[in-house]
Amino acid sequence: MTDRTTGPDQFTGATPDNALRDADRAEAASGPMLAADGTPLKKSLNRALRRQKMRALMLIAPLLIFILVAFIAPIADMLFRSVENQIVSETLPRTVDSLEDWDHTTGDLPSEGTFRALYVDMFIAAEKKEHTRLGTRLNYEQTGVSSLFRRTGRDVDDFGELYEDQFNDLDAAWEDPMTWARILGDPDWIAEAEGAEAPGPDFVLRDGVETALPTTAEVYSAFAEFTQTEDEDNPLEETPWTLVYTALYWDLMRDGFAYSGPESALVTAAAEAAPGFETVSMQENFVESDKDWGSTAVWSTIQTYAPEYTPGYFLNSVDAQLTPDGIEARPENEQIYGILFKRTIFMSMTITISCILLGYPVAWILANLPMRTANLLMILVLLPFWTSLLVRTSAWKVMLQQQGVINDILVWIGLVDDANRLIMINNQFGTIVAMTHILLPFMILPLYSVMATIPPTYLRAAKSLGANDWTAFWRVYFPQSVPGIGAGSILVFILAIGYYITPEIVGGTTGTFISNRIAYHISSSLNWGLAAALGSILLAAVLILYWAYDRIVGIDNVKLG
Amino acid sequence: MKLTTTLLASAAIVAGAGAVTAQDMANEMTLVSWGGAYQNSQQKAYVEPYLEANPDVTVTWDESSNEAVAKLRAMNEAGNITWDLVDVVAADAIRLCDEGLAMEIDFNEMLADGDDGSKAEDDFGEMLVSDCYIPQIVYSTTFGYRTDMVPEGVDAPSEICDVFDTETYPGKRALEKRPINNMEWALLCDGVAKDEVYDVLATPEGQEQALAKLDTIKDDVIWWSAGADTPQLLADGEVFMGSTYNGRLYSVIEEQDQPVAMMWDAQVFDLDGWIIPEGLPEDRLARVKDFVRFATDTQRLADQAKYISYGPARASSAPAVPEEMKQHMPTDPANAGNTFLYNYEFWADYRDDIDAKFQSWLAQ
Repeated sequence: MTDRTTGPDQFTGATPDNALRDADRAEAASGPMLAADGTPLKKSLNRALRRQKMRALMLIAPLLIFILVAFIAPIADMLFRSVENQIVSETLPRTVDSLEDWDHTTGDLPSEGTFRALYVDMFIAAEKKEHTRLGTRLNYEQTGVSSLFRRTGRDVDDFGELYEDQFNDLDAAWEDPMTWARILGDPDWIAEAEGAEAPGPDFVLRDGVETALPTTAEVYSAFAEFTQTEDEDNPLEETPWTLVYTALYWDLMRDGFAYSGPESALVTAAAEAAPGFETVSMQENFVESDKDWGSTAVWSTIQTYAPEYTPGYFLNSVDAQLTPDGIEARPENEQIYGILFKRTIFMSMTITISCILLGYPVAWILANLPMRTANLLMILVLLPFWTSLLVRTSAWKVMLQQQGVINDILVWIGLVDDANRLIMINNQFGTIVAMTHILLPFMILPLYSVMATIPPTYLRAAKSLGANDWTAFWRVYFPQSVPGIGAGSILVFILAIGYYITPEIVGGTTGTFISNRIAYHISSSLNWGLAAALGSILLAAVLILYWAYDRIVGIDNVKLG
Repeated sequence: MKLTTTLLASAAIVAGAGAVTAQDMANEMTLVSWGGAYQNSQQKAYVEPYLEANPDVTVTWDESSNEAVAKLRAMNEAGNITWDLVDVVAADAIRLCDEGLAMEIDFNEMLADGDDGSKAEDDFGEMLVSDCYIPQIVYSTTFGYRTDMVPEGVDAPSEICDVFDTETYPGKRALEKRPINNMEWALLCDGVAKDEVYDVLATPEGQEQALAKLDTIKDDVIWWSAGADTPQLLADGEVFMGSTYNGRLYSVIEEQDQPVAMMWDAQVFDLDGWIIPEGLPEDRLARVKDFVRFATDTQRLADQAKYISYGPARASSAPAVPEEMKQHMPTDPANAGNTFLYNYEFWADYRDDIDAKFQSWLAQ
């Protein structure tokens, strides 16, 4: 967009840049040059230059900040979302850890330890109501996980009741929240929390309890934190979750269990009674809640999508998928994005070419008419800009549909049989027509502004030198209008590639763009990760095309006016 | 004398207490709905009477229900919830509840008892499909057809399978551009028993079967994505028959006097209702609770049926529905001979999977 004959290097005179260059040259020839005050000229010039640059930066600062906040940041956020996958390891941290050594190829279910980890994670997630979000996320990869998580989240509360009842039958003291607080809480914390207004001071774990009762300490801390932050209650007054009872049972049954501390009589009695407790494995509990937990498919999905960042969304958007065995192409009857990307590029190009073919003559007429008539015609070109996009698109529907204006006229003059009216809408043709019309002004305006600067004398000179009309146009006029075509094409193409309202309304099934799927994933399926991945690919495609355009035509050869 | 002072004092306390609660409630409410005739019925049936009783309150409508899920999620991420009460269909409500974006509701405590004395939970009964969702109306997705396009010597279409019979009933059909409902209808007309439809649809073979059946009419289908499309296509004579919401067909038939009739066969029931966004400040929440209690009582839901042909979600509202509207209700026994209930659980699981196949099939 710049003229090659001008540019900073061509300016002569005392700009700091030029002086600096002169200083460089002089230094190479005869040692450092000094300014009037004795400092090296380079240094003092640099200082002046820095001041000037700072001033320039301050001037553009508002624009720079605006672009950063409103343009760069959202794009960066979108790129990030397309790989981000922290939800799995955040919601099921223990399960993810425990699954690390599990090998899905053996066909065996994960160990009881993993089921226990899942029980702890699922219980806490269900209390925080986060399990269904994860279920929705994993359902994108494995059908059925959504209801699996919802169902298990409802049941998980009951898994520990068996242990809670047995502890309470053993000694009524286990029903008392204070018993638990004394065993697990720091004595200073208890003293502070007692009688304090809910939720009381933050829970502090008693020193040393973690070695004797590791799991209990961990889940009780989670319980205390949840009680204080979410329910805003004092843990001293709340009976712990059934999960805490279960964890205590696991701790008591550990090999080499030893405990000394508050309530040691109670704990020791429980430790002696625990081997006689009725018990049930967590695996049984889960499989009873939903038999899907008994298949390796769900487990390998969790394992595959455990990492914090995943290429899964990008693979989905190129019709592939991430499976436990690596990357695989999607089954043919689920492939769609490849078709849509190709179609989007193809249709955008068709629309751009139609705009050039229709817009070029119009711009030529506008540029060659007397000013007054040209202005009047210009208003007609701009008129569609002032009408709502939806109105224009709907108008095309009225024009093109089978019972529409054009078909009616064709039937009336006898060109088309009433039974075989033309299908011109809800397909590619309708989309191309409607979008060409909508985007036409973006082609005409740059073309017109370039053509208006081409002196008509050139054509006359060519003709007086013996060129015929075609040669004069093709060899003299057309090359000068190419920058306008370039600018118009870039505008129209880039606008077209991201369009979605018009294709949605008139596109039917064969005329929809990739943006329609992006819109679907943003507002309907809520799969924002996939939408972001599709958007990123579209962005990359535009940049590549822009680069190719620069290589072939040259971006300097584009002119908006 | 003493008695009077006591009375006066307690009256002052009561008045004071009343003033405090009124102050604790925000006076502005943003309701989100679908616009059009449906929002109008809500405005007339419950917003206007509520505003009459509470003249300080102002209500703003936002017609964003069809993208409510995405917008609520964005609001939640930005930490700025600007909506107070949102009207959504049941499937969206379930998703909002799953995502933790909608508040859980204690139905018996928050909603008024029915006029027949039943508790809210019993009064709504099976309509309570999610813990976060207060249903208002039952609507159905069903077919309408142009009476003047029925070929001569043939009975008017009356069964769902007539949609798939392009030989007897030549002409275009309008179907929604999504798998839900279409897949069920296709299987039903491909010889699958009604109570086995979802078992079959859960298998890849069943999905193929449904798409194969839809394939037989693919060239004759115009796919719609907005509720207003089918009524327009029918009015223009672009299609012979098309699926849409029964209230839309009602207005084409009764209000615009178009030569269109309802089919009703294999109509799919769905719900529309309120959710309260999670994380409202206390004063706004208090106002919303007050409004919802009023707006979903027996009388208000029955009033709504005066303005639109959707059935009230409360059992106790049914007797109060105006007589002349009853025949247009999807739940009327004459219309409800063969019905489906939208299977929320199934579609929550299979939506992504089947949608991918459906869209891929469409694009080919």
